[in-house]
Amino acid sequence: MMTYLYAFLFSGLVCAIGQVILDNTRLTPGHITSLFVVLGAFLDIFNIYDRIVLWAGGGAMVPITSFGHLLIHGALVKARETGIMGLATGMFDLTASGITSAIIIAFFMTVIFKSKN
Amino acid sequence: MSNEEYEAIVKKHKPTEQRILNIVKAFVIGGIIGIIGHFLLEFYTTSLAITSKEASTLVIISLILVASFFTALGFFDNWINFGRAGFFIPITGFAHAMTSACMEYRKEGLVTGIGSNIFKLTGTVILYGIVSAYLFGLIRFLLFGG
Repeated sequence: MMTYLYAFLFSGLVCAIGQVILDNTRLTPGHITSLFVVLGAFLDIFNIYDRIVLWAGGGAMVPITSFGHLLIHGALVKARETGIMGLATGMFDLTASGITSAIIIAFFMTVIFKSKN
Repeated sequence: MSNEEYEAIVKKHKPTEQRILNIVKAFVIGGIIGIIGHFLLEFYTTSLAITSKEASTLVIISLILVASFFTALGFFDNWINFGRAGFFIPITGFAHAMTSACMEYRKEGLVTGIGSNIFKLTGTVILYGIVSAYLFGLIRFLLFGG
């Protein structure tokens, strides 16, 4: 049950930091999401994001930082098995489902629904 | 107090209050999406009897589906304007950016419109995600052996 609280706090904190950056700098949402993906990948050099996932559960999966975490995680798992080429072959192992479904859903939603503006 | 003085005071205080309100909104909305994410994770692991790794894939797909659907119906743009970072930092923002780019360029055709512009907003996330994951992965692989 405590995981729900941690999920709320972690996901909320990441979004609040994003909002502070948005309000106080000239960075656009595109800059901020890119920055957070890089941050998520960076935190996995020292296994930090893995620990956050254990601690905040689904709350750590939801922010865009988890995209960077999943990219580097898939790459490293493959690299351990097959050597340095695994960094490239395993890059999309864990994110493929998210990217593929986002593309397919976006495409069919666009074809089915008409734009309002 | 004259009107000018009053307006000067209003001007001085309004932006700060607005900023604090924005941060609170982003925190609460982002937090609620985090709770939904964890609820779905527990729900899928128990009801479908799968590992949490497989369930996390389903959580991400569910959120993408809902965000894309709401974007297609047209009211997710208003939500983004209201919640700002609370909605665009979670994976919902990724789905919204992709779907809205698709819908915006739809009238230019299936190939030159949708095909050329689907990654217009999300391309930066994918590009820097891959570049940083590759470099950091290389560093970790060389330093710690994976």
